[in-house]
Amino acid sequence: MTLLGQFALWIGFFTGVWAAVVGFSGRWHTQPGLAASTVRSAYALAAAMVVAALALWKGLISHDFNIEYVAAYTSANLPTAYVFTAFWAGQKGSLLFWAVVLALFGMLAQLTTSRRHQDLMPYVAAVTGGVTAFFIATMLFSANPFERLPFTPPDGRGLNPQLQNPGMVIHPPMLYLGYIGITVPFAFAIAALMRRRLDTGWIHAIRKWTILSWLFLSVGITLGMWWAYVELGWGGYWAWDPVENASLLPWLTMTAFLHSVMIQEKRGMLKRWNLSLIVATFLLSIFGTFITRSGVIASVHSFTQSSVGYFFLVFLLAVGIASFALLYLRWPALEPESNLESLASREAAFLFNNLVLVGIAFSVLWGTLFPILSEWVRGVKVTVGPPFFNRVNIPLGLLLLALTGIGPLIAWRKTSPANLRRQFLVPSAAGLVTGLVLGALGLRDPWVLVALVLAGFVLGTVAQEFWRGTRARMRMYGESALLGVVRLVNRNRRRYGGYLVHVGILVYFVAFTGMAFKVTREVTLSPGETATIESPYGHTYTFTSLGVSQYAALNRIVSAATLEVQKDGTKIGVIKSEKRQHVDSFGQKTFEPSTEVGIRSDLREDLYVVYAGSIGGTERANFAISINPLVWWVWAGGVILVMGGLLAMWPGGRAATPTGRRTEAQAGFETQLVGAEAG
Amino acid sequence: MRRREFLGLGALAVLAQDADRLRDPAAAGRFRLPVQPGDNDAVIQALERKLKCTCGCNLDVFTCRTTDFTCTYSPQLHAEVLELFEAGKTPDEIIAAFVAKYGEEALMAPAPVGFNLAGYLVPGLAILAAGTALALVLVMRRKEAASAAAPVGATEDTGVPAPTAEELERLRRALSEVAD
Repeated sequence: MTLLGQFALWIGFFTGVWAAVVGFSGRWHTQPGLAASTVRSAYALAAAMVVAALALWKGLISHDFNIEYVAAYTSANLPTAYVFTAFWAGQKGSLLFWAVVLALFGMLAQLTTSRRHQDLMPYVAAVTGGVTAFFIATMLFSANPFERLPFTPPDGRGLNPQLQNPGMVIHPPMLYLGYIGITVPFAFAIAALMRRRLDTGWIHAIRKWTILSWLFLSVGITLGMWWAYVELGWGGYWAWDPVENASLLPWLTMTAFLHSVMIQEKRGMLKRWNLSLIVATFLLSIFGTFITRSGVIASVHSFTQSSVGYFFLVFLLAVGIASFALLYLRWPALEPESNLESLASREAAFLFNNLVLVGIAFSVLWGTLFPILSEWVRGVKVTVGPPFFNRVNIPLGLLLLALTGIGPLIAWRKTSPANLRRQFLVPSAAGLVTGLVLGALGLRDPWVLVALVLAGFVLGTVAQEFWRGTRARMRMYGESALLGVVRLVNRNRRRYGGYLVHVGILVYFVAFTGMAFKVTREVTLSPGETATIESPYGHTYTFTSLGVSQYAALNRIVSAATLEVQKDGTKIGVIKSEKRQHVDSFGQKTFEPSTEVGIRSDLREDLYVVYAGSIGGTERANFAISINPLVWWVWAGGVILVMGGLLAMWPGGRAATPTGRRTEAQAGFETQLVGAEAG
Repeated sequence: MRRREFLGLGALAVLAQDADRLRDPAAAGRFRLPVQPGDNDAVIQALERKLKCTCGCNLDVFTCRTTDFTCTYSPQLHAEVLELFEAGKTPDEIIAAFVAKYGEEALMAPAPVGFNLAGYLVPGLAILAAGTALALVLVMRRKEAASAAAPVGATEDTGVPAPTAEELERLRRALSEVAD
């Protein structure tokens, strides 16, 4: 099978190069056969990559330890689910995963794009084919997943214990899907620039792709946070690690694009900016890959240092220079179709939202690269960790949260002072009441207080938007409140899906504030001994050691330390934290013992127990016990955000209204009157 | 104590210890020392969150010693912190001692002095500059657009009376309720 996989890689490589060369040469303009060939190459490429993927999976499932990758990341006794997901556990496999998904996305883009954009498709195939060919070349010349060993070991090394977690089954593919999905909008942007189709038509072709890739990135990042929380044992979910930062960067610029593209769709403005954002987002996704694989910046996530990083650096520079040069050449053709009429308009609010989002992206990038910069300038390497990022980004994050609430309150084009007063009244009151209540309850942390006041404000904004829309439907069509809200959302899924995403974001922010009140205590307990910890809510938790038991399970020896937990004197259950010593199929110990955290979660706080180790090899043990407020809400925020994103991209909409679409005449009437007032 | 009593107590102690002994102690990770009062000191914890572990994990000393139980560096660094603290050093003095011994890399965030100030200030200044430039461009473009555009109604008479401010406000309110 490795021969077949290797062959498929070469076929894929030449197909991708063919698509890129023919597509970018432009000869297909005069020879329709070449255009069809370029487009068909996307299907051939996808087929070749699927064959390569199946070949690797076959090697993994059949435990062919003669394949270096299989021997390095699996063992005969590894649970089947993890054998399957070992595909993306290492550098070589993850490169193949990237190439496979990109080839499939390239094919799907060809299949699902409307015929209206047919003239763009050869260029789209050229970009997706070219990028896939790059990934295949990286494998063929530097990190080949089908490389064979000169001997066949009796068993493999096994999978890193920290990757033997359900979170790692799904987190990396989700993140990769997000990164890879960005390539499709990028391909359309390049195609539009090459073809000089610089109206907003191509924007409609990528709408679902942009939301989809953003959604995958959001899910991937949130699952990464969840994995870090339940697996790494440090009691947090975000550490501003360079690789975490690298995933956040394209998310931020993509979020900016999702807002600014609305201005282009409605007003024909910001064409240059939107193209720049798409190119930047793609480059940042490649930058993230470079960071992960080059070893240039120390990170807990990095793959082993290898020459692959330099492939990515060269690719990053080449694509960046070519893309921005193309953008520069088309600059004069990207004149806006209209101008901003007022600073008190939604367009202006979105512009400032973009400024803050891109500003945060810049500050994260700056902080991530500052150690390298410092070494260049001063010859001194510094560490830029959470204290730096929190200091710089918390104020910016709060500004962004404020804009999340402000944007929807301001009308397109122009807003009168009276309208502003009317729109801001309820949300401002909601924020104020939130602040007063929390102040009365004794909350004094200024950052937390500001965050929660702003969360109240944003929630007020969203509630007001839903209420006003529903009330209007109730008045106009005599609908009940429930039917009104359902039809309101169904009629404009993108808008109300977006509001739901805003709720998800504010829930994230509220949850993040909980970490300001985290309590951690280390204790040593013999069986029967107790330790007591006060929670930030004033509850008293008592932990009683029930001892440590050892037993064999699957591919490991488990040492399970169990604590009985009482809350204010009432037993609420037990928490078990484990040490896992993994063994190979011959019973030989493989990795160092890993830790499995014990978590008891509720809406208010998590009890987080880590079995730190044994005292002298006995059941007397050290525990790190943390009480982490509001963590449940981080995951809830993720779910709400995903639901909002799915709603926004769901096909259809605007079907349930009795009056149908707003007519052009109505839109013109609105435009004329607003213009009359402005004049 | 008689010899027989001594041996009996010794055997009991060994048996009692064995009763708590794990069948495979190595499978439960490296042996730990019992928790000391200083381990839970809030000042020590806050201090150790500012100091980086030197094992290459990229974590601060506190997080590493309470998370990565395979690390042999962070317990040692923690012991150094405790020793300096018990010797009467202030947190700032302990940080200075760590920087002197391990270099600036020992800090989780660079001290905001000299070139490091650029690390803290550049993002904010860049955003401020971009925001100011954006606001200026918007104001200028708006002025240009306003001077170029003739007032609606001045160029052609549609026969429709101009709306009053109150009518406009009512219309905008109605429109904002039903459309984005």
